[in-house]
Amino acid sequence: MKRYSFFDVGNDPEYFNDRSDSDLNNRRIVEKVARKSYIPATRLLVALLDRHPQMRASFSFSGIALEQMERYVPEAIELFKRAVDTGRVEVLGETYYHSLAFFYSPVEFESQVAKHRDIIRRIFGVRPRVFRNTELSYRNDLGEWADRNGYAGIIAEGWDPILGWRSPNYVYTPKGSANARLLLKNYRLSDDVAFRFSSQQWSEWPLTAEKFAQWVGAAEGDTVNLFMDYETFGEHQWEDTGIFNFLERLPEELAKNPGIDFKTPSEVIASYDPRDEVDMPHVVTWADTDRDLTAWVGNPMQQAAIDNVYALEPAVMRTNDTKLIDDWRRLQTSDHFYYMCTKWFQDGDVHAYFSPYESPYEAYIAYMNALSDFRFRLEKQQR
Amino acid sequence: MRILMFGWEFPPFNSGGLGVACLGLTKALSGLGVEVVFVMPKRLDIKTPWAKMVFADSITGVETVAVNSTLTAYATHKSYVRGYHPVEDAGIYGGSLIEEVTRYSLRGGALALQEQFDVIYAHDWLSFGAGAAAKRATGKPLIVQVHATEIDRTGSPWTVNNEVFALEKAGMEAADVVITVSEMTKNIIVREYGIAPEKVRVVYNGIDEATAPSGSTSLPRLRSLKRAGYKFVLFLGRVTLQKGPDYFLRAAKRVLERNPNVLFILSGSGDMDAQMMRMSGELGIGGRIFFTGFLHGAERHEVYRTADLFVMPSISEPFGIAALEAMKLGTPILISKQSGVSEVVNHALKVDFWDVDEMANKILSVVGYPGLREALAENAAREAEMLTWRQAASKVTGIVNELVH
Repeated sequence: MKRYSFFDVGNDPEYFNDRSDSDLNNRRIVEKVARKSYIPATRLLVALLDRHPQMRASFSFSGIALEQMERYVPEAIELFKRAVDTGRVEVLGETYYHSLAFFYSPVEFESQVAKHRDIIRRIFGVRPRVFRNTELSYRNDLGEWADRNGYAGIIAEGWDPILGWRSPNYVYTPKGSANARLLLKNYRLSDDVAFRFSSQQWSEWPLTAEKFAQWVGAAEGDTVNLFMDYETFGEHQWEDTGIFNFLERLPEELAKNPGIDFKTPSEVIASYDPRDEVDMPHVVTWADTDRDLTAWVGNPMQQAAIDNVYALEPAVMRTNDTKLIDDWRRLQTSDHFYYMCTKWFQDGDVHAYFSPYESPYEAYIAYMNALSDFRFRLEKQQR
Repeated sequence: MRILMFGWEFPPFNSGGLGVACLGLTKALSGLGVEVVFVMPKRLDIKTPWAKMVFADSITGVETVAVNSTLTAYATHKSYVRGYHPVEDAGIYGGSLIEEVTRYSLRGGALALQEQFDVIYAHDWLSFGAGAAAKRATGKPLIVQVHATEIDRTGSPWTVNNEVFALEKAGMEAADVVITVSEMTKNIIVREYGIAPEKVRVVYNGIDEATAPSGSTSLPRLRSLKRAGYKFVLFLGRVTLQKGPDYFLRAAKRVLERNPNVLFILSGSGDMDAQMMRMSGELGIGGRIFFTGFLHGAERHEVYRTADLFVMPSISEPFGIAALEAMKLGTPILISKQSGVSEVVNHALKVDFWDVDEMANKILSVVGYPGLREALAENAAREAEMLTWRQAASKVTGIVNELVH
């Protein structure tokens, strides 16, 4: 969202069309990330799929990311399509708007999942069978929802305080679920690549494909679920860290370990019996050390913002106005709330997380001003 | 460790941040076991159990010379002289500022010979001369601290008073170490005064119980308006070019176009008092601006507490202690990016002083979105707890140790 001013309220109905040189310019960001990450990483992935028949991968795309790539970097979409067309790359289900709607409006959540299903069918011609919710957020009732809606499984964070003695390296059943399965992210091995790969302070630096393959080989259990931002390849870890070489070497290094191969989430679920039922009555996410939703809705600004946007639901829906409904949904994207987080904005540790705004307060001001304008448009429509 | 420190103003005989800084720093130094002998130009009733107070006018046997100076002819310096004695209007210092400064310098050397100490420390150009004289007399190392430069005070390098500029430069050149209160001031000193960057160290100001405004008093008018639902936006500082009071009024005008339930308090005095009153009338917002004059102690405390937002639109602010005072008292702050304090605080709204629309946007947001006010107030108060005078004092101690050993 652009730096929407109080003085724009009533004058400017476009919230997301920043054209500046800043990181608020969505087009600029999509083009940059595609150039550094999506395009080279997917080109490499397609080559690896050609070279290694056992290679598998899985993607979780938000609808708004796909939409922007179609508009600004169609080359990336073509590469993703080639990967999915091999039949060895699975596409997961999620919400179109990368929202936290499940926790605020179940009806809205269902609409966004349906809209996401549509764009995945349109672009890739497939239907997601495994679900992952925004920020890997999960709770028992989401597992039940996935079960009721015929998903083979759902993915959540393998967070030890909840798993207790259980290892993330098995297939589980969500509490209260008949058929759906729960896959848990192995965050240690995932974060070794996603966060620590280029950290020279890390005792294991440099991380080679050979070393990593040995760790995976040594892990006990049926499966090692690696789940990370795709931007790990080329954006979070730049090309000069050797991340692409790592990825390129990984299939052959993994093949050296007996009994290790690749599987998509659906294949994992089909291959192994669940070991136990996992009970997660409270929301678990993949964020920071708290693994909860506090990075998005932990402070009074975030709560006010998200409560205010969902409070508009009945009025927005009554309008049947496509543009208004779409804008309202874009205001639900979890990143808006994340940028308002003040948790790490102390001790001078300002750079501990990404934000295109100067401060969480700037993010909140822009959001609330845009929301004021949105409310204004809504009232005008109702009259 | 013992420091001979030359100052110019000291609470309650102060009009600004310089006096507050001297109080905060000397007290925190003494807390770290450092002995401070604090020198003031004239005898005043100041109680400082933590530091020995010495008054330069009690030094006998020093010839004083009358100095002819046109300095007082400059409006800004006139207001200086007036500004430096808020308590007695007649003034603690004589009519000519430069004359007082010269007299102080002459006594510095003689005074130093009577005291035992390891390091000399002088605050701002007003006492640089005394500090340099003490160094010449004793050979002890000299630290000068710059709380503000003539360039900050007059708004640009082209409007400076050359006499003052020369005194500042000479003091910094005579010093072994120059301390500034921000990177911003360090840059000015390196660029405009030609001081070697290696010689300049940054020690940010702090805030603690000793220097934060306290006490209670009733401001019934403000209270009843607040109960009636009005929001208060506060400017508190010298009413002079450097502090940007005119930008405050222009932002107020923009705010009132959108939200009539906001009232603005302009607290302080200075050479732009009359101009600001006239300007508020010209902008048609006279009825929405309260001019309180200079506030002390309990009244100052109450006005901070009443405000929903503190605004510091300074054009050039070496630090800006008032911003820390507001934070400490749980009042959200909106500060110009042209301020030293903006280098150290995270939980603040920041704006370029000239960006009146953005200033108004932020004021409207704070008074309009309670979540913003709440988050800023809570986090700012917590952040202020970490920006202490103790931290500043321990940095100073480190610098002194380097010089002595």
